[in-house]
This record gives sequence, structure tokens and C-alpha cells, in this order.
Amino acid sequence: MTADATALTTPAEHAAPAADAHATHQSGGIGNPVLGMLLFIASEVMFFAGLFAAYFSIRAGYTEVLNGVATHVWPPAAYKGLLNPFELVTPSGALNLILPATIILILSSATCQMGVWAIQRDDRRGLTRAFAITLVMGIVFLLLQAFDYTVLMHEGLSIGATTFGTTYFTLTGFHGAHVFGGVLMLGVVLYRGMAGQFSAKHHDMVEAASLYWHFVDVVWVLLFSILYLL
Amino acid sequence: MATTTLNPAAPAYRSSLYEWLTTTDHKKIGIMYLINSILFFIAGGILALVVRVELSQPGLQIVNEAFYNQAFTMHASFMLFLFVIPILAGFGNYVVPLHLGAPDMAFPRINALSFWLLPLGGALMASGFLATGGAAASGWTEYPPLSGSKFSGAGTDLWIMGLTLIGTSSILGAINFLVTIFKMRAPGMTLFRMPILVWTVLVTSVLILMATPVLTSALIMLFIDRNYGGHFFDPANGGNAVLYQNVFWFYSHPAVYIMILPAMGIISEILPVFSRKPLFGYKAFVFATVAIGALGFSVWAHHMFTTGAVFLPFFSLMTFLIAVPTGVKMFNWIATLWRGQLTFKTPLLYATGFLTMFLIGGINGAFSAAVPVDFAIHDTYWVVAHIHYVLFGGSVFAVFGGIYYWFPKMTGRMLDETLGKVQFVLMFIGFNMTFFPMHQLGLMGMPRRIADYAASAGWSELNLVATIGGFVIAASMLPFLWNVLVSLRSGEIAGDDPWEGNTLEWATSSPPPPYNFDSLPEIRSERPVFDARHGQPAGHTDQTGH
Repeated sequence: MTADATALTTPAEHAAPAADAHATHQSGGIGNPVLGMLLFIASEVMFFAGLFAAYFSIRAGYTEVLNGVATHVWPPAAYKGLLNPFELVTPSGALNLILPATIILILSSATCQMGVWAIQRDDRRGLTRAFAITLVMGIVFLLLQAFDYTVLMHEGLSIGATTFGTTYFTLTGFHGAHVFGGVLMLGVVLYRGMAGQFSAKHHDMVEAASLYWHFVDVVWVLLFSILYLL
Repeated sequence: MATTTLNPAAPAYRSSLYEWLTTTDHKKIGIMYLINSILFFIAGGILALVVRVELSQPGLQIVNEAFYNQAFTMHASFMLFLFVIPILAGFGNYVVPLHLGAPDMAFPRINALSFWLLPLGGALMASGFLATGGAAASGWTEYPPLSGSKFSGAGTDLWIMGLTLIGTSSILGAINFLVTIFKMRAPGMTLFRMPILVWTVLVTSVLILMATPVLTSALIMLFIDRNYGGHFFDPANGGNAVLYQNVFWFYSHPAVYIMILPAMGIISEILPVFSRKPLFGYKAFVFATVAIGALGFSVWAHHMFTTGAVFLPFFSLMTFLIAVPTGVKMFNWIATLWRGQLTFKTPLLYATGFLTMFLIGGINGAFSAAVPVDFAIHDTYWVVAHIHYVLFGGSVFAVFGGIYYWFPKMTGRMLDETLGKVQFVLMFIGFNMTFFPMHQLGLMGMPRRIADYAASAGWSELNLVATIGGFVIAASMLPFLWNVLVSLRSGEIAGDDPWEGNTLEWATSSPPPPYNFDSLPEIRSERPVFDARHGQPAGHTDQTGH
């Protein structure tokens, strides 16, 4: 070994290697947790891409016999009235709250981002306030979606009722599972935020959680568009 | 053994078993990956012997058709998902942080999670043998409708759940590798000074990140169809059975590059060391690796030519194109050997075994890319020959080369050369005896996934040869296991750098201390340890002239 060997790192930097290995190398640039989350989101994009590909493939091949002719219709004629997001009451009189749920989830992305901006200013109270609101909105979205499921099933749309039902419940169900995962993540950030573990200099996890939450939001916007609007 | 100042004293009351079960050290996790994978290699090998014995002569000898189907399905599932992919990830785990001069992976606890998902997923998958109706039996591809609830039982559900966990393990591992490679490199370790193995792990990780989640989506749709009355792949209710094949192969073709690229990386570490030359055409090799990764996403439907539902010219052309970067690599390797000072230690033997066998696998694969040829040989033993020449002749030879190469680093002791050479000769002969006749059987029309064939078909002799070859391969594992057991206790002491290596793992002790390095040599080229040894820290940085 040559004499000009370079010392690597100081012991102090490795005090907690499992948790803080990311803090030791390559200062500057994007933090390890944030990069890790971006890559994880990339993998999630591909997961949903597989489900979306199946959805579009099945949708393109779907036909119903209308007036004796096989016609391409989507969604199936039976659910047309049920799935109008702008009618807050379904044909059979139940509440249709998918549009309010959508608005709540989109707004929660904004409150989440406000939390990130707050901790960047070292405003810990702002962070916990914004993430608490986001967390509540996420839970409300999940409750509204659960309510919506009961309404749809009551109206005869189930996972086994036509390929529309299969794709609808798979796509929205896995989105809901991701919202649930995001809610757990928000809860951890909130807990650690209230314990004062984040600061203007150290808040990679806050950013990572908010990136995930935005991703979940974007997926819902796409799902809402293809399932209810287009 | 050197110690880093970072090494916290281990509490005395903890047993070494506890240490291993709770470790987040990338080296221990890497070794556990290797051991777990070898165990599944043995289990998969036993299932392969069941298949070979059954096929050794016409008629049903030892198993019924139902168990035969489980045997070949679980053989492939173990070998692909629980041996080849994880063992290469294991080498990556052990070697990549050392190669980069890093103290560990970027996320050590997630690294431990990635590992522990594997035995869990494997156990779930294997537990199908205990379920009513036995393990998954529709082939490792699990095409519906055969894998639907109508034709297969709980074993298939266990297979789906196990594979989903294994896929999750891969995805988490890929994220970990990418962050490690991008963020944890030592000062001076630029991207184009990284060892080739690290480059191949980088491209493989991108492939895993982009492809494996798509497999997860296919598995989940299959699970929903089977258990919750879904209609994704059910044509009777508006679904589409070929859809499964498209989504499945969108993963599983890139997956074959996941299974070969790190093996190519291992070979590219071994060849320069035992030729005493730098790798010929470092940058060309890197770009060829990236090209294989990129092209890998545009060829999936060549597995589906005979469905009549894919655009043949496009997928055929893209498949042929993959031969170009692969050919570039072939010439990289040959030119590295050319006029080198070859020392035929066991790792180099396996590397040359890789070169020759993978070449055959590449060439018989190129034939299959031609649409008319593919229509004739689809689902015949030709395809079985091809997959084994690339994955056994390729990846498995590289894996054993890697074990002989890094065993001294991992344990501090050398493996025995004589036993290593005996193993290589047995494996090389057994491999060719088993799989070369399958080309001929395929051309004679023998379909794969059958338990029985007519005595008049003329396939009996070649099948018998293949079965004998299978037992020769099995025999070749005995000197290996004996070698490992004996060398662990009484092998020759290796020292820090037994092979006069080029890369940073040889700059620390064998085995390396926790967090790997006290100090690093200056990194001015892709061969920092070579530079340090020969006192030329300014060594060449490009391959074009020196």
C-alpha cells in the first residue's frame, strides 16, 4: 500500500452506522433517503403501469350487445349512471362521495408540501401542524373510499361482476393500500416531528414521505380520470 | 486481522448465532445470501434429478404425471428465483461496497430485510408440497388458464405469495445497490473507475427496479382471478389470457439479463486478474452492458411468437440486436485473455467455461430469434438446451468462479485447487452431457414438460445420456461441498491479496473488518490496488493507449 493512503472517515461519523450511514459520504446533493424514495417510487410507477396496461388492454377489447350489435362501450352500460362523479346521489338514492374524496386527497398534497416548507424554515410546529392535517385528510379519504365501496357493492358492482368490476376494484384497492401505507408513513413522521427529531438541516425523511404522498396523489388523479372521466 | 476504529466491541453475552441473525453488515448478509442460494440450488438440483430419472427411459418409472409437473415447475422456480438471482445479489452485497471503498450499503437494515424475505418467500413457495394437490405445477411461467383456480390448487397460491415476497426482496435490494453506487463511493472513485462488476450490478438494479414490479402486478392479477372471482385472464368473461403472457414476459425477459449481467461482471473481474492485464475495452464493456439492459425491455414478446398476437418483425429484430452488445463483450473477454500471462487457477477455469458455454447459449438463442425457426422449435427441448447453456453454462459457471475467487477474502482461507479442478472437470463434462443432447432432442421434436414419451420416438438414447450427465453434475457438487468444509477449518491462509488483484477488496484484510477499511489507497484508475502495488498511482485511466 502506498504511503499516501487517505484516511476515510472519522469515528464520530459512524457512531450510528445503521441509521446514519447516509450522512457520512458524498456531502452535498440529494440525500440517501430521498434518492431511495425516488427509486422506490419508480418501482411503484412500474407496478401501477402493469395494472394500468391490463386495464387499457381489457377496456379496449370490451364489447356489449346493444340493439343486437356487439358494440364497444365503457364503462359497461349498467354502471354508467353510478359512476358519474358530478352527481352526488346515485340513481338509487345513495350518496356518491368520490368527488369530495378526490378533492380532499388533492388538497392533502398541498398541506403535506406546506409541512416540508415549514421544516425547511426550521418551523417544527408548522411541520407537525401540516402533517397532522394531512394525516387526517388521508384517513378521511380512506373512510370515504370504504363508504364508496359499500355503495357500489350495494348497487351490484363487485370484483366478479364483469371485467370492469375486476379492474376497478384492483386499481382503486391497490391505490387505497398505498394511501394506507402513506398514512402510516405520515404517522411516523408526525411522531418523530413531535419528538423534535427534524430540523432545517435534517429532514430527509420528511421530504421522502411527502414525495411518496405526492406520488399516491398523482396515481389517484390518473385513476379518477380513467375510471370516472374518460 | 485489521480492525477499523469504527468497530464497536461486540457485547460478550451475545452468541455468534445471534450476531448472524441480527447483523446488518453487508458482508455477513452477502454470505447468508450465498448459503441460502446454495441450499435452494441443491433442492432444485434434486428436483432436476427426479425429472431426469423419469425421462431416462420411456414409460413412467418413479413419479406420476402430477408430481412430475410439480418437480419441473419447482425446479425452475427454485433455480431462477431462489438461486441464480439471489446468489448474484449475494455477490453484489459482499463485493460492491468493498469495490467502492464504502463502509457498508446505503441502507443496512433494509439490506437485512431484503435478505430475510428470501428464506421466507422460499419457504412459502416450497410449502406448496405440503398443500392439498401439491406444489405449483403449471411450469415456472404459470400461464393461465392452467394456473387458474379451475386447474390448480393451493400450491399455486403459495407460489404466488412466495414469489411476491422474493420480488419485493429484489426491489429493495436494487434500490439499496443504486443508492450505494451513486452516493457511497470513496473519494476518487468516479463512475468510470468503478469495477465492471459494480457497473453490471448498477444496470441489473435498474432492470430489477423497472421490471420486477410488473411481475408483482401480474402475480397479483393472477391471485385476484384465482381467489376473488376476477376476470383479468378469463376470456369467457371479457378477460385476456395472452395479457398475462405479455405482463409476465415484460418482467421475465429483462429478468434473464438480471440473471446474467452480474455473472458477466464476475467474469470481468476474474479474467484481468488471471491474465495479468487490464480488461480490454473498459468503456465499450460498460456501454454494451447499458445497451443490453435497454434493449432487454423491447424483446419480451419473442417468447410469444406462436401466440399469433404479437408483432413478429419488431420483436425478432430487437432480439437479434441484443447479439451486438453481447458480441462486443465476447471480444472484450477474448482480447483480455489474448497474450495475457494466464495462470490457470480454478477461477480462470470457470471463467473460460463461462466463455465457451455462454457462447453456445448465445448462438443457439440467436437461432430462436428467427421467427420461422422459432415456430418449429417453440416449446421443444431446444429451448431447454438454450436456457441451460446461458443460465447454467453462463451464470452458474460464473457463480462458482466467483466463489473460488472471493472465498479467500470472505473466510481468510484458500479453497483447495485440486478439488476445485476436479469439480470443474466433472461439472463441465456433466453439463455438456446433459444439455448438449437436448439440442438434438428438440430438433427431433421432443416437447418440454412431458413425463413420458413413446419408445418408438427415437428419443430414448439421448435422454439416457442426458440423465447420466445430470448425475455427473450432481457428483461435481460433492468435491465442492467437501472443499468448502475442509478449507474453512484447515485451508491455506490466504493473506490480504492472494491473487494479486486489482480492486479495492484486496486492499483490506481477509476477512475484512466491520466497516471494511482503515485507509484506502489513492484511487486514480479502475485498478487502484494494482497501482498501489506497482507504485504507479498515475496509471492509465483509459484503455486506448498505455
